[in-house]
Amino acid sequence: MRKILEGSIAVAEVVNLCRPGVVSAYPITPQTHIVEELAKLKANGLGAFEFVRSESEFSAASIVLGASASGVRAYTATSSQGLLYMLEVIFTIAGMRLPVVMTCANRAVSAPINIWNDEQDSATARDSGWVMLYAENNQEAVDFHPIAFKIAEQTNLPVMVNMDGFVLTHTTEPVDIPEAEKLTKYLPQYLPKSGQFLDIKNPVSLGALATPEHYQDIRKDLANDLLAAQKIIKKEFTSYQKIFGRGSADLVEYYGSPKAKKIIISRGSVCGTIKEAIDQNKDVGLLRIKAYRPFPAEEIKRKIGSVKDISVFEKCLSLGSGGILAGEIRNCLFGENCQVNSFVGGLGGRDVTMKMVQKIIDTPNKNNSEINFL
Amino acid sequence: MKINLAVKPGTTKENKTGGWRVLKPVVDHNRCIACGNCLRVCPEGCVFPVGDKALQGKIFYENDLNYCKGCGLCAEECPVKCIKMEKS
Repeated sequence: MRKILEGSIAVAEVVNLCRPGVVSAYPITPQTHIVEELAKLKANGLGAFEFVRSESEFSAASIVLGASASGVRAYTATSSQGLLYMLEVIFTIAGMRLPVVMTCANRAVSAPINIWNDEQDSATARDSGWVMLYAENNQEAVDFHPIAFKIAEQTNLPVMVNMDGFVLTHTTEPVDIPEAEKLTKYLPQYLPKSGQFLDIKNPVSLGALATPEHYQDIRKDLANDLLAAQKIIKKEFTSYQKIFGRGSADLVEYYGSPKAKKIIISRGSVCGTIKEAIDQNKDVGLLRIKAYRPFPAEEIKRKIGSVKDISVFEKCLSLGSGGILAGEIRNCLFGENCQVNSFVGGLGGRDVTMKMVQKIIDTPNKNNSEINFL
Repeated sequence: MKINLAVKPGTTKENKTGGWRVLKPVVDHNRCIACGNCLRVCPEGCVFPVGDKALQGKIFYENDLNYCKGCGLCAEECPVKCIKMEKS
C-alpha cells in the first residue's frame, strides 16, 4: 500500500511485517524513530514480537545474538557510536553464523561529536562478516528489509541494511509498504535448522572455543560463504522484483548513457544527487553499489567495461590511508589500465551539492592515491 | 557452511589442553597421606584417586596428563610436599 511516511517509520512498519520474534535496540540519533515506532507498535498490540529493552547497544546486540541462537528471527537497529559500541558482538554474530538483521542509520563518528550523516560507522564494520546493503532512497530501504531476512536465513549470515541518517531516516516521502499477505508468501516463517540452535530437547553449545587447529578453517568457511552469498543476494533481488515489481537483480546499478567516458562510483542516498547532476551529461555515468559486502568485484568490472576514467565518491575514509571504497575499486581494477580518482565528502552531514558533483566531473584524473576532499 | 559450529555437550574434552604444559606434577606415593587436597585445589579437575592403595594402605592420587596444564597448585598446596613439578 502506498503511504506518505518518514523513512524510519516506513522501516519500522516493514520490519513488523517481517514478523521478527525478538526486537532489541537502544535508541541513538538518527535511528531513534525506528525503535520508538517498533516499541509503539508493540505497545498498541500491533507487533507480535518480544521487545527487549536494553541498557546499551552492547546489550542490544547481545540480546539479538541470544535470540537468534535460540532459533527466532531477530532484529536490531543502531547508528554511529552505537554500532562501534556493538562492534565486538557484531563480529561474534557473524562468526556464529546467526541470521540477525540490523538497520544502520548511517552517521558520523566522534570526535568531534556530530549526529549528522556520513558512512564512517558502517565502513568501520565492513570486515566483520556481515552482508551490507546500502539504500538509495526510502523505498529501497523498505524493500531491502524483507530481502535481508531472506538472505540471512538462507546463508546463515547477518545482514546490515544501511540507510543514510536524516537524509533518509527523517525524510517523509511516498513509499509502497508490501502487503502483509504477499510478504508472508515471500518471507515465510523462520525455521532454524535442526541441531543448529539452542534447544532444550537437543542440547548444543554455540560459539564454542576453537583452537589453532580449527579456527582458521572456520574463518575460511565464513570468508568463502560470504563471497558466495552474491549469488543468493542476486537471486533474492530478482524474486523480490518478480513479486513486488520493484528493484533489480543488480548488485551494482549503472545509471546514465551507455556511451559514457567517465564513471562515478558511489553508494547510498548521494546517488540521487549524482543522478540528477549527470542527467544532462551524456559523457558521465554512475555506478551505484547496492551490495557492498560481499564486494561485487566481477560485476563492477563488467559494468565499467572499457571506460578508463573512474571517480569514486564516498562519505568515509581510512585515516592514514585514503578513500576506503576508492582503494577497493583500485584493487578490483588492477591491471585494467583504469585511472581512479578518490573523492571524500559529505562528512558529518555536510551537504553534497550538484556543484560538488560537477567538481568531481571536472577534476582531471591524476590516478594517484591523493584524497580530494569536497 | 561446511563446518558444523554447533557443539554437543561434553566435547570440551576433545581439546587436550595438556599440550600447554611446561612442568608436570609427579606424586611420591610413599609419602602421600591421601588427604585429597590436590584433588580439591586442581582448577582443571584433572586430579583423581586411582583406586589402588599405596604402601601405607592409602589411596593413590594421580594427574590426568591429557588435561593437566602444569599450574603447580597441587604441589604448592600439598601439606606433606610430596608432589614435585618436573620438566614435562
